[in-house]
Amino acid sequence: MSFLSYLIKGISLGSVYSIIALGYTMVYGIAKMLNFAHGDVIMVGGFVIYTLMSLAGINPLISVLAAIVICTLLGVTIEGIAYRPLRKASSLAVLITAIGVSYFLQNVALLVYGSNPKSFTSVINVPALKLADGKLTITGETLVTIPLCIIIMVILNLFIKKSKVGRSMIAVSEDKDAAVLMGVNVNKTIAITFAIGSALAGVASALMFSTYPNLSSTSGAMPGIKAFVAAVFGGIGSIPGAMIGGVLLGIIQILSSAYISTQLADAIVFLILILVLLIKPTGIMGKKLHEKV
Amino acid sequence: MLEVRNLQVYYGVIQALKDVSFTVNEGEVIALIGANGAGKTTILRTITGLISAKAGEVLYEGVNLQKIAPHKIVSLGIAHVPEGRHVFAQLTVYENLLMGAFTRKDKSEIEETLQSVYKRFPRLMERKNQLAGTLSGGEQQMLAMGRALMSRPKIMLMDEPSMGLSPILVGEIFDIIKSISESGTTVLLVEQNAKKALSIADRAYVLETGRIVLADDAKKLMNNESVKKAYLGE
Repeated sequence: MSFLSYLIKGISLGSVYSIIALGYTMVYGIAKMLNFAHGDVIMVGGFVIYTLMSLAGINPLISVLAAIVICTLLGVTIEGIAYRPLRKASSLAVLITAIGVSYFLQNVALLVYGSNPKSFTSVINVPALKLADGKLTITGETLVTIPLCIIIMVILNLFIKKSKVGRSMIAVSEDKDAAVLMGVNVNKTIAITFAIGSALAGVASALMFSTYPNLSSTSGAMPGIKAFVAAVFGGIGSIPGAMIGGVLLGIIQILSSAYISTQLADAIVFLILILVLLIKPTGIMGKKLHEKV
Repeated sequence: MLEVRNLQVYYGVIQALKDVSFTVNEGEVIALIGANGAGKTTILRTITGLISAKAGEVLYEGVNLQKIAPHKIVSLGIAHVPEGRHVFAQLTVYENLLMGAFTRKDKSEIEETLQSVYKRFPRLMERKNQLAGTLSGGEQQMLAMGRALMSRPKIMLMDEPSMGLSPILVGEIFDIIKSISESGTTVLLVEQNAKKALSIADRAYVLETGRIVLADDAKKLMNNESVKKAYLGE
C-alpha cells in the first residue's frame, strides 16, 4: 500500500512539473531560447497568493486567479522588455539575460518579503480520501492536482492542434521565415506563447505551494530546474514530451526519496537525466525530423 | 505592378545586390536567371521583407514595401514560394494549406480557394491528412505552391521551383506555373534552369554577381549568343 501511495504522490508532483515544463518547452520550441526565469515566475505567483489570501484575507479562488493573471502579465512583460530586443542576438546573450531576469525576480522578492520563509496556506479545501481501511490516504491536494493537470494538458493539446493560433505557433517553431511569408506576426506569436507558459506557471504555483508550503524568494528555482530537466527528459520542444517527462520525473523523485535516500533523491533525478541523454540525446519523445529535399 | 529601384543589399560586408532595378507588369511572367550566388534569392527575400535593403526601393502598386512589416506583405497580394519549399513538416497537407490563408477571414471563401487548389493539385487532395514532412520533393513543391495560392495572390514569387526534381516533374511544375499565370496571377520566377524559365517567361533579367547584366524579351534572350553559352549549355 505504501508503494501505491508514493506512486500517487509522485504522479501528483510530476503533473505539476509537467505544467511547468510545458512553459519551458513551448517557449523553447517557438523562441528557441531557455527561459530560466520561468521558475521564478512560479515563486512570484506563490507570493501573490500568499499576500492576497494570507495577508489580505481574500478568497482563495480569487487569489489564485489573480496570481494567474499577474504571472501572465509578468511573463509577457519579461519577454517584451528583456528578450524581444535580443531576438537577433546570440543565444548565449539571451541565456545570460534569462539568468539575470531570474536573479532580478528573486532579489525583488527578497527585498519585499525578506529572507524568512513564509508558510503558505493551502488553497485547496478538499478532504483527504481514505481507502483500504485507512491504509491508503490520498490528500485533497493530490485529488485536485492530478485531474486539473490532465484537463489543462488536454485543453492545451486541443488548442495547439486545432486552433488557428495553435497552428501558427507550430509554424513559427518550425520555420520562422516561412511563417512570416504566411502573414504570421512572429513577435505576437512568441508573446502569446509566453502568456500561456506563464499562466500555467501561475496554476503550478497554487498547486505546488499547497502541497509544499515553504515559500521563499528562491523556492521557484529548484522546481524550475526540475521542470527544465523534465522538458529535456521528454525531448525539449515536444509538448507530449514535457507531459511525460514531468510525470516520470515526479515519480522517480518521490520513489527514490522513499526507498533510496531523501538526500540523494535530486541527485538520482539528475543521474537518470544524464543516462537518458546518453542513450537517446533527443529525449524520450524528441525526434529528428527527416525532411526530404 | 512591382518595381524594384536601385536595390543594394549587404550580408555583413559582402554586397549581394548591386544597384538592381527591374519591373514586373501585371499579367507578365518574369524570369530572373543566373548562376548560383548571383543574388536571385536575395532579390525575392528582399521584396517580401525577409531581408532589409541598405538602399533602394521596392514599390508594389505604388507602396514602398520596405516600410511595411514583413508579415503584412502577404495580405497585399504577394505570395512567396521559397527556395527549398519550406513546407511545415509537422503540419498536415490540409493544415499547411490553411496556413497559406492565414491572413484571410472569410471561411466560405477560404473553402472555395481550397477546392480550387485541390483541383489544380489532385495529389494534395489525396494526401490532405498526411504530414507534409512525409511528402516527396515534387509533392512538397506542389504544396508550397498550393499554400501560396491559398492567399489568393495577385503576384507570385517563385524561387527555384524545379530544384531537385526529376525532368518529368520539372515539366509538370512548369505547366502548372503556366496555368497559374494564365488564370491571371502575375509571376516572378527565379530559376537556374534557364531554358525552362525562358520558355514560359515573357521577359527575363540575367543576373551576374549581384548585378543585372541583361534584360530583354525571353525569346530574344534565348537566341542571345552569350546567354546560350553561359546558361543554356549550347
